[in-house]
Amino acid sequence: MNPRRKKRLAVIGSIVGAVAIATALVLYALSQNIDLFYTPSEIVEGKGSEQTLPEIGQRLRVGGLVVPGTVERLGDSLHVAFRLVGSGEAEVIVEYEGVLPDLFREGQGIVAQGVLVAPNRIVATEVLARHDEEYMPPALAKELKGIEHVPPSQSGYGQSDYKNNKGGN
Amino acid sequence: MWRWLHPYAKPEATYRLNKKLLPWFAIPGVVILTIGMIWGLAFAPPDYQQGESYRIIFVHVPSAFWAMGFYMGMAIAALSAVVWQIRTAEWAILAIAPVGAVLTLISLFTGAVWGKPMWGTWWEWDARLTAQLILFFLYLGVMALYAAFEDERTGAKAAGILALIGVINIPIIHYSVYWWNTLHQQSTITQAITRFEKPSMAPEMLWPLLVSILGFLLVSSALVILRLNNEILKREVRRPWAQTLLLKENR
Repeated sequence: MNPRRKKRLAVIGSIVGAVAIATALVLYALSQNIDLFYTPSEIVEGKGSEQTLPEIGQRLRVGGLVVPGTVERLGDSLHVAFRLVGSGEAEVIVEYEGVLPDLFREGQGIVAQGVLVAPNRIVATEVLARHDEEYMPPALAKELKGIEHVPPSQSGYGQSDYKNNKGGN
Repeated sequence: MWRWLHPYAKPEATYRLNKKLLPWFAIPGVVILTIGMIWGLAFAPPDYQQGESYRIIFVHVPSAFWAMGFYMGMAIAALSAVVWQIRTAEWAILAIAPVGAVLTLISLFTGAVWGKPMWGTWWEWDARLTAQLILFFLYLGVMALYAAFEDERTGAKAAGILALIGVINIPIIHYSVYWWNTLHQQSTITQAITRFEKPSMAPEMLWPLLVSILGFLLVSSALVILRLNNEILKREVRRPWAQTLLLKENR
């Protein structure tokens, strides 16, 4: 390679390298803000190395799996409450009034946006479904995972008036 | 390798190679893409939780995959253009950018249309979606910068440098779903080909997806080849080789 090309290669290499390092530092510094949602344990035990707890009244998103058997409907209304769990043991309660996405079911991943009203209780204004990267026909899913998906509009979640999801346990 | 590559610095040689390659991309491309689309959209089984809606994956994944793939191709052209100052490589940037931009737009659009019924939202500022949007703007930026200078070679150099810096975004797009928690799920393709014992996609769905990915590659490549030949002809039309060639073709 002749010296002029070598020099151009070095210059472009250092430009790209410098921008890459700058981007990496910015993303690292912002990494907590880039996360779309808190996990249930981050709400209960705190997030990051400083274990910062979100404040009561803070608007936030929480993402986790719907704990099976905890979905309850308030009477004959659109009010629902359910518990969310992440990779840890901590659970938070989500209250929501509105239409649940079709992919919602017990055990499914969801992301709820709302306001933290108690250390482990969120009143959500929006519930989004978060599915995994696995795709398979219904029969195979039943055999492999034991899952038969029923959209929330067709499943009779108990009208138990928040018996189990009351208060901030 | 250099000895083999060197002749193609001459536009004429690239033009002739492209002419020869074009049918080998265009014809199998159209056939394979048609097979992939019909197989995926009509014959693959429905998904256990998303039902028929998941079929948009047969457009979404190939377009998103090659939006990144063609960006890398453009970056290689940009490196040759900036370091070796090969004119054909400069035109290759111009040939690839709009094709890549359209692929990115397709992936963003199908993603939104898929997100609404499944997730419950058209758009969410999560890391994956935002990084892909930045990829779209990078393509547009490269095109705009290329055209922004009086002297075309200055424009090509500026666009080339932007294209090279933009490469940083590619690993960010891919790893965004692993580095941060996002609404977007993790990569199906990566898991399907690295984890045989527990595949992430049933084979009767995975095969049409792989066929569609190949179809998208071939058709998009054919478009790039066509565009590159257009760019070459546009600039070389007064050269003797182009004149004789055009006279011969129009006879």
